[in-house]
Amino acid sequence: MNALETHNLNKSFGSLVVADDISLSLPKGARHALIGPNGAGKTTLINLMTGALTPDSGTVHLGDVDITGLESNERVKKGLGRTFQINTLFPKLTPLESTTMAICERMGVAGRWLSPLANQSDAIDEAFELLKQIGLADDCTKITTDLAYGQQRLLEIALALATKPQVLLLDEPAAGIPKSESAALFEAIAALPEEISVLFIEHDMNLVFTFASRITVLVQGKVLVEGTPDEIAHDPLVREVYLGGADHG
Amino acid sequence: MQQQITDPQKWMRQKTRISPIEIAFWLSVLAVPYIFFPNYLALANQIAATAIFCISLDLIIGYAGIISLGHAAFFGLGAYAAGILSQKGWGEPITGALFGAIFAGFGGWIVSFMIVRVQHLALLMITLGLGFLLVELANTLDWLTGGSDGLVGIDTWNLFGVFKFTFWGHTAYGYTLGATFLVFLLARRLVNSPFGLALETIRENPQRTTALGVPNRARLQKVFTISAAIAGLAGAILTQTTETVSLDSLGFQHSADIAVMLILGGTGRLYGAILGTIIFMVARDQLSGMNPQYWYFWIGLLLMIVVLFMPRGILGGLEKLMEKVRGL
Ligand SMILES: Nc1ncnc2c1ncn2[C@@H]1O[C@H](COP(=O)(O)OP(=O)(O)OP(=O)(O)O)[C@@H](O)[C@H]1O
Ligand SMILES: [Mg+2]
Repeated sequence: MNALETHNLNKSFGSLVVADDISLSLPKGARHALIGPNGAGKTTLINLMTGALTPDSGTVHLGDVDITGLESNERVKKGLGRTFQINTLFPKLTPLESTTMAICERMGVAGRWLSPLANQSDAIDEAFELLKQIGLADDCTKITTDLAYGQQRLLEIALALATKPQVLLLDEPAAGIPKSESAALFEAIAALPEEISVLFIEHDMNLVFTFASRITVLVQGKVLVEGTPDEIAHDPLVREVYLGGADHG
Repeated sequence: MQQQITDPQKWMRQKTRISPIEIAFWLSVLAVPYIFFPNYLALANQIAATAIFCISLDLIIGYAGIISLGHAAFFGLGAYAAGILSQKGWGEPITGALFGAIFAGFGGWIVSFMIVRVQHLALLMITLGLGFLLVELANTLDWLTGGSDGLVGIDTWNLFGVFKFTFWGHTAYGYTLGATFLVFLLARRLVNSPFGLALETIRENPQRTTALGVPNRARLQKVFTISAAIAGLAGAILTQTTETVSLDSLGFQHSADIAVMLILGGTGRLYGAILGTIIFMVARDQLSGMNPQYWYFWIGLLLMIVVLFMPRGILGGLEKLMEKVRGL
């Protein structure tokens, strides 16, 4: 059984087809890269998976459950986590607060309004541990807007991890951070527990070929080809439309 | 300001510790009117009730980010509910106030289904429309509400069966201030709870909270309902202590005034709501005594100055000043 599957997903914005019959499966424990030129529809595909966008047709399955009809937040509760290409954080709150909230929500205590947050010692300690692991402990009481950009990217991941996902969708986790730091960030991703299945979008081909066990190439909303890094690297179609012509890699 | 921490629980707890300044504040609002301004107890009573109202607005605007220009609707619902209950023969103040709160809370719950579906301008229009609608409704139901003449025949029984609500307002102020303090404690609990933090994250970025599994709408509906109930409590208490209600209590001017008080004091800090209410109402009392028609000129000016130069309100500005002074 796969951790995540999409069956024949279609989505258009007006006359622009951004998802064209996409069927994709993510086995348990996968480290799967989604690549493709700008505007290929990679982010859109993640949005369709998480429920941020509704497909025109097709279904999304998490494990053996059809989650197409579920709201985004319900999918998270079922184990589907994500990060955003553009930082989507809580500007005026601290990483400790942000992460604690995410954990309280996961634990089902975020609706409690008559007991102090400070009493949620499990959630607070877990948040602090998580921030330590990801390297944000020293700055976890700074306001998010005062964090360096790279730290904000790390917080993106910490928040997604706080939901304890079984499937994690990472939309260009290293976007905008220097090459020297992005390898370290991917080491952290590679070190995630084996049972988490990861789908990541990344433009840097070195990172893709280092960390992915499988690769899907998306062009103009369509799956061009899917295979192992080796197969993708030697695929003439890919070389032609993507690796050769584009300015990535 | 920011330091590396080793004990995250302690840090969370520190943020909510009661400071000596707060204790001094509550003692002085209790003592000063009774001792130094016994002739102003009616005004003090009005301020205390309005502060409850303003705290209710801070919960939705300051913490949850729901902007409302019609919150007086709930104040008015509570006011009329308690007033009519008393007029029909039940004048016991505490149960009457709770009745007003529950009635308004129920109204808030119904309205909340609409509120959480819209944002920005549409939100302003819906809350504004709600206020208009209720004023007209209350006007039309004049057999029940007294229409534009206001509700008459309200009689509030002794507090705890002992303390009589007299012309001098000693009982009234004690009663209202007690309620203000309790509401403040409740609101403080709420904002320092996991739920309070969840509200702040929704205010900051609803897209992200959704991606963390938060049911945004349900959370917002809950705080809106609580806020409406508190607004209703404020209305009920002011009605009981003044033994009148008029259509103005529901109206746009009242909604706008309370928003101005909150913005002046500073949103998202509870004490900002209280301070804003005190400043606004004392200034109105003093200035309108001099020349009533110009009162809104000065409040308009003050509002613009505060918004331009103290984006976090007067309390936020004061805090910044204190930090500077300490830093010297
Ligand atoms: N809400 C929307 N409405 C209309 N068009 C949209 C919307 N979202 C995305 N698009 C368009 O759909 C196409 C695919 O966008 P998408 O963001 O999925 O690309 P991407 O592969 O993630 O690109 P990038 O590498 O630049 O992040 C683009 O042409 C984009 O302009
Ligand atoms: Mg993208």
